[in-house]
Amino acid sequence: MFNRVGRNIPEEIFGLGAIPLFDSNGLVKNTQRSKDRLKNSDRNKILDSIETAIRETGLKDGMTISFHHHFRNGDYIINMVLNVISRMGIKDLVLAPSSLSGIHAPLIHHIKRGVIRRIETSGLRGELADAISNGLMDIPIVINSHGGRARAITSGELPIDVAFLGVPSCDPAGNANGYARDNSAVAECGSLGYAKVDAQHAKKVVLITDHLVEYPNTPFAIPESQVDYIVVVDSIGDPKGIMSGATRFTKNPKDLLIAQNVAEVIAASGYFIDGFSLQTGSGGASLAATRFLREKMIERNIKASFALGGITGQIVALHEEGLIKRLLDVQGFDLKADESLKNNRFHQQIDAEYYASPDNPGSAVNQLDITVLSALEVDLDFNVNVITGSDGVIRGASGGHCDSAAGAACSIIVAPLIRGRMPTILDRVHTVVTPGCSVDVLVTDQGIGVNPRRQDLYHNLKKANLPVLSIEALKAKANQIVGIPEPIKVEDKIVGVVKYRDGSVIDVIHQVKKES
Amino acid sequence: MGRLRRSMLYVPGNNPGMIRDAHIYGSDAIMFDLEDSVSLNEKDAARLLVYEALRTCDFGRTEVVVRVNGLHTPYGRADFEAMVRAMPDAIRLPKTETPEDVMEADQLITQIEKENGIELGTIKLMAAVESALGVINAYKIAKASSRLIGIAIGAEDFVTDLKTTRSPDGIELLAARSQILFAARAAGIDALDTVFSDVNDEEGFIREVRLIKQLGFDGKSLINPRQINILHHIYAPTEEEIQKSIRVIEAAKEAEKRGTGVISMDGKMVDKPIIERAYRVLELADAVYRESMEEVWQ
Repeated sequence: MFNRVGRNIPEEIFGLGAIPLFDSNGLVKNTQRSKDRLKNSDRNKILDSIETAIRETGLKDGMTISFHHHFRNGDYIINMVLNVISRMGIKDLVLAPSSLSGIHAPLIHHIKRGVIRRIETSGLRGELADAISNGLMDIPIVINSHGGRARAITSGELPIDVAFLGVPSCDPAGNANGYARDNSAVAECGSLGYAKVDAQHAKKVVLITDHLVEYPNTPFAIPESQVDYIVVVDSIGDPKGIMSGATRFTKNPKDLLIAQNVAEVIAASGYFIDGFSLQTGSGGASLAATRFLREKMIERNIKASFALGGITGQIVALHEEGLIKRLLDVQGFDLKADESLKNNRFHQQIDAEYYASPDNPGSAVNQLDITVLSALEVDLDFNVNVITGSDGVIRGASGGHCDSAAGAACSIIVAPLIRGRMPTILDRVHTVVTPGCSVDVLVTDQGIGVNPRRQDLYHNLKKANLPVLSIEALKAKANQIVGIPEPIKVEDKIVGVVKYRDGSVIDVIHQVKKES
Repeated sequence: MGRLRRSMLYVPGNNPGMIRDAHIYGSDAIMFDLEDSVSLNEKDAARLLVYEALRTCDFGRTEVVVRVNGLHTPYGRADFEAMVRAMPDAIRLPKTETPEDVMEADQLITQIEKENGIELGTIKLMAAVESALGVINAYKIAKASSRLIGIAIGAEDFVTDLKTTRSPDGIELLAARSQILFAARAAGIDALDTVFSDVNDEEGFIREVRLIKQLGFDGKSLINPRQINILHHIYAPTEEEIQKSIRVIEAAKEAEKRGTGVISMDGKMVDKPIIERAYRVLELADAVYRESMEEVWQ
């Protein structure tokens, strides 16, 4: 048999069987200049409107749509897309963003009209959270951790039909990023770590951008191979709501005091050795802890191997000073982090699965020595609530809290002993997000509590003369001043289900009691 | 060594959150203010609040002081009546000008202590001098009552009285600070410096603390918890000072054993005042470093 280029090929090749013969008829060469190519080819995925994109994806009643929360409270995408979906008459959707913010209050309207039937998110705040806490929805919302969501999506437990992902820069083929290398993007968010999971696993992926750039948009967080359609809009978000110039160190003396105590705890924990790894949240105290830790690192000539999680300018500064060798960035918190991600090859963007999925034994949280996490409430069993406030209303996010606590060798919870008139330590937290069995130390402004499971840590901290008290004593200290709060009154109706990272239910959130 | 009074944190008497938390930052003393930081229409509320706080909260080892309104104001008497009953460690008199101001307060406290079965002399006094007349009378003021544990300068009113303003180097306060210090030392009580009001000017604060430490002040009033550690750091003896003091004392003991009067160390004469200073450094070091965080907190 002769193929099209005149080579004699056996019909069957020993051990490999029959292989189709080369046929140049199948090859049509595109001779346009590269600049014109993408415009005219089927790799050009740009559609004229969100409505067209929704139609092309085949979105139907009852399907699941997803979004990311990298634009935080500056996000325009969710409201924009839901408005169009609502106009098109599509109903009964499952809304599964990586998280929701105060800016998403208009969703109340869509829920009332039946456009959204069910919500899965990491957290929610503001009017929407108030309304849901007061029984707005028939089906309870599901709260996932970041790692838990990644697990649910990749395992097929939470299949995404269409992901609508806002991207600060994108080329016509769909290579997208959280920034533009030449600083030309208006809205930047740095890492697209949470969006990457959706891009990879959603059946259809629509990118929405306000900044179309030339092909190839390298380096890219989302590769074109994962993208079906692109829509260019005027604006994807409010830069002011997305990230600040630089996350500032707090001037709040109580946060500073807690931060100082955290640094002392880390230094005495036994994990503070050359090559240790850490994650710090973006809360005032945990952020400031890096400042005090820096002094100790210099003093003892200790360098960290990596910092993980939400990356801030402070962490970047420690990296640039040579105190933290590598950065693993699932989410950027400020423009300094964004700038670093752009320009530093050792500042690695990672997706939520790599970060924290419990199905991924190699996930980065499992490599953590130390994590510093904040809390709304902690109880005598060290269970932590980061989702409902002292009035029982949802006002927070599960985030990577339980993932990081479970993964880290030493998880440190920071909280003031008293907030306003409310004690932080309770007999039982209103809602468990992170189970006490994964929490090691509680650091407050008035003493340190160590989980009795961690006698090793207890002894290390005691030896360093740190003010370690029993958690009962800490609680009593607060109660002496502000008393014991009345239990929160709730209705029978369940408005939220809190899932642990493995998908199991760790707690439910009841509707707050209607005022009679 | 007596009680350390390096840092005294001002807390407005009408702010429950600050009153509740003031002691956690590790200052030697906290001072609840019923006077200038409380507006006229909140005087009663603040008095009641501080009274309840003193009776309810455990401020640990922190020395608790209340600055009352002067006895010549409509609020002073009620402040004394309430505060003596609430039993802080000390009451601070504002705008003290004459020894009679102190004696009057002393008598009133004595009377209230008697009425309430409180051991006489329990409640101590501090006097703040805030005028030229007060500075002139400083020594008499410092000697006016056995309850007095310290005399302080209040700079803002004082510079106004002098018809000047505060300058970065504090030259306008030098004479008054010195006078207060002489009075305190002569009377054997503590000398306490005024506040540094610009919380964000850390360098200026450090300069001023170094100055007053060098002058000889026991400590200073502070308006923000962030100033506490900076001040303690400056007041802490250095490792070098501690080591030198240990050697001075060892040399002195050695000389005593051998019966020689004059000692020399590193070619320099070491006499009685130097030995006394060395003891003071060690006492301060002991006080500073022995105070583990646990003790401060419990």
